[in-house]
Amino acid sequence: MTDRSDGPQATRGDGKSAARGASPEPQPTTPPAKGAQGPTPRMALWFLLPALILLGAMVIYPIIFSIFRSFFDSAGDTFVGADNYTAIFTDASMLTTIRNNLIWVVIAPILVTTIGLIFAVLTERIKWATAFKLIVFMPMAVSLMASGVIFRLVYEQDPDKGVANAVITSVGDVFDSSQGYPGARPRENDAAPALENGAVVTRQPIQAGQPALLPLVGLKPDLLPADAVTAKAVTGPGVGGTVWLDFAPGGGGAVGKIDDNEKGMPGVTVEAVQQGAVKGTTTTAADGSFTFAGLPAGDYVMRLPQSNFTASFGGVSWLGPTLITPAIIGAFIWVWAGFAMVLIAAGLAAIPRDALEAARIDGATEWQVFRKITVPLLSPVLVVVFVTMIINTLKVFDLVFVIAPGSVQPQANVIALEMWRVSFGGGGNQGLGSALSIFLLVLVLPFMIINIRRFRREQQ
Amino acid sequence: MMATATVERTVANSAGAPKRGVLGRVIDRLGGGFLQALLIVVALFWLMPTLGLLIVSIRGETFNNSSGWWTAFTQPAQLTLANYSDLLATGFTSSFWNTIAITVPATLLVIGIAAMAGYAFAWIEFPGRDAVFLVVVALLVVPIQIALIPIAKLYGSLNIFGSIPGVVLFHVAFGLPFAIFLLRNFFAGIPKELLEAARMDGAGEWKIFATVVFPLAKPAIASLGIFQFLWVWNDLLVALVFADTDNQPMTKALQSQMRQFGTNVDILAPGAFLSLIIPLVLFFAFQRYFVQGMMAGSVK
Repeated sequence: MTDRSDGPQATRGDGKSAARGASPEPQPTTPPAKGAQGPTPRMALWFLLPALILLGAMVIYPIIFSIFRSFFDSAGDTFVGADNYTAIFTDASMLTTIRNNLIWVVIAPILVTTIGLIFAVLTERIKWATAFKLIVFMPMAVSLMASGVIFRLVYEQDPDKGVANAVITSVGDVFDSSQGYPGARPRENDAAPALENGAVVTRQPIQAGQPALLPLVGLKPDLLPADAVTAKAVTGPGVGGTVWLDFAPGGGGAVGKIDDNEKGMPGVTVEAVQQGAVKGTTTTAADGSFTFAGLPAGDYVMRLPQSNFTASFGGVSWLGPTLITPAIIGAFIWVWAGFAMVLIAAGLAAIPRDALEAARIDGATEWQVFRKITVPLLSPVLVVVFVTMIINTLKVFDLVFVIAPGSVQPQANVIALEMWRVSFGGGGNQGLGSALSIFLLVLVLPFMIINIRRFRREQQ
Repeated sequence: MMATATVERTVANSAGAPKRGVLGRVIDRLGGGFLQALLIVVALFWLMPTLGLLIVSIRGETFNNSSGWWTAFTQPAQLTLANYSDLLATGFTSSFWNTIAITVPATLLVIGIAAMAGYAFAWIEFPGRDAVFLVVVALLVVPIQIALIPIAKLYGSLNIFGSIPGVVLFHVAFGLPFAIFLLRNFFAGIPKELLEAARMDGAGEWKIFATVVFPLAKPAIASLGIFQFLWVWNDLLVALVFADTDNQPMTKALQSQMRQFGTNVDILAPGAFLSLIIPLVLFFAFQRYFVQGMMAGSVK
């Protein structure tokens, strides 16, 4: 396992199947035999020249330039020392940006690697593994820009449009069927109930045998639930009343009176209040009527609490300031899980079956086999996937830029995006932009060193 | 090492016919149905976003504004190609051709330049070879952000800022470290007898490169090609900085529409779908090479 010389990021220890083809067991280069026909070093220069010019002028020179530029102000003519770097670590919005990158780096690589591992292990046991892998792997070919459009659609707030909220609200409705009446309100006249802090309250106290009338308006009749029937006044003893929509479709009907073609409002919570204390709670029936059973005699004010008039659960605000980063990480997982799965599956295929069988015959459970044999043998691949994902999360730009709506971008910001914003996207401060790009380079530096070390080790 | 013990076990057991453990078989039987169902759900989950985009792109604007795309399954009358014809009328086609004009040369140039460099690193001895190659390995992870400001200045003085050649050149430069790394490793695996025989025959280095090494390396070149093609085709950041409006590829054209998201889904959805159809076709046609390229060095 140690004598192979795969590349820094290539899957090591995964055996032949992973490396066959594109990276054919790369051997340490053996210099060609020296002789009359042997190529001269000058020849090498000709072969290397275009690459060296491009890399020198467009990758190496910019690194040096950026280091210098980061010590100057936005105009580029005043030396400001480390001011740009201080700004990165003191400015409040910058700190949010760094915090977001931290969330990304801590959460996304672990999730992607874990999900990739689970998929790779599970697909080993199904016949249509190739089809499954193609489906999960497909987002790799899709641009992050298009992925962003895709997830803007998925995360649309309106459950009638965004599939994420459509699923969540339909699941939610199964558990909570209560119907709100957003917008319903009493009329504005002295006979109608009053509005107090969002709750609807009768102006006069009610006694037993005196049905309370609670007419409401402001709601389209077709928004009433399907089980609503014609409103009915309560007769008989006890404290009770009717909550109904005081609106007769097609006109007619008297204000504040229960007319024949007016419907009750079912499911409204009603409280009986005496001297500020709630003495009883009930719910209206399909005809809007309600009665309080076993309430002692006395004066009661009927109150319909505010909860009746707030909208029913309208889905999660994925693209709001709180959930925006987890939402974008969700899109990131959608894009990258296939990558992790394919690399890990290749590593898995290279594990000698016999080793697993031997352990099983020795009485190891599947879980023990997985933990004690599969995962350790896979660890080189897992590390490669994990490290690649860390580098990717440090550089994440497109998904945040495209998915986060403009108003939420400050809360979703990441370093790579902030670098573009301050230098090109209206910020106009290339000194700070250079400092941010150097900061980004410093963050990937450890992985650069790991790559070089691993490569040198393998060359020996 | 862990592997040593495993190998000994392997040798000891390799004589017997491969058989599954009793427990493994039980798990397979009991869990089979559940596992299939679970993976079908996961596969649907993974397909749904792209499917949603496709359906939104072929639904009438009024339907998109009032109901979810999934209602189109029960009301196929919602489907129309009007969005696509509207999109083509907006001049989106020119950004499609810009994407082609950027991606094709950027892919071919990277292959050519990296193949030459890879050949030199693999088969020509010169002083400092290992050190120079280590620099290439180091450059694998350099973020492109580092070059945006300096190259913008450089292009300004060269008068190619905003032009297609500028965008191409940037992609070539940042594609090179991965490309050189991949091809050098592949070239190094070519049997050296082949090259020596050619050298004995008096073939020059250019001839060996063109007639012996390059043809042998077709799988690696295919891997690199598909990788670079997708990377450039799908890029947004480089285009955002270096391509002006006349030369913008599809990604940038779409991005400029994002600001009014909600009112122009009928333009965004077909645009996004058009931009991903060619990569998807290429991906399905060459997925073997794509996976191989990924295996050989996944750092982008």
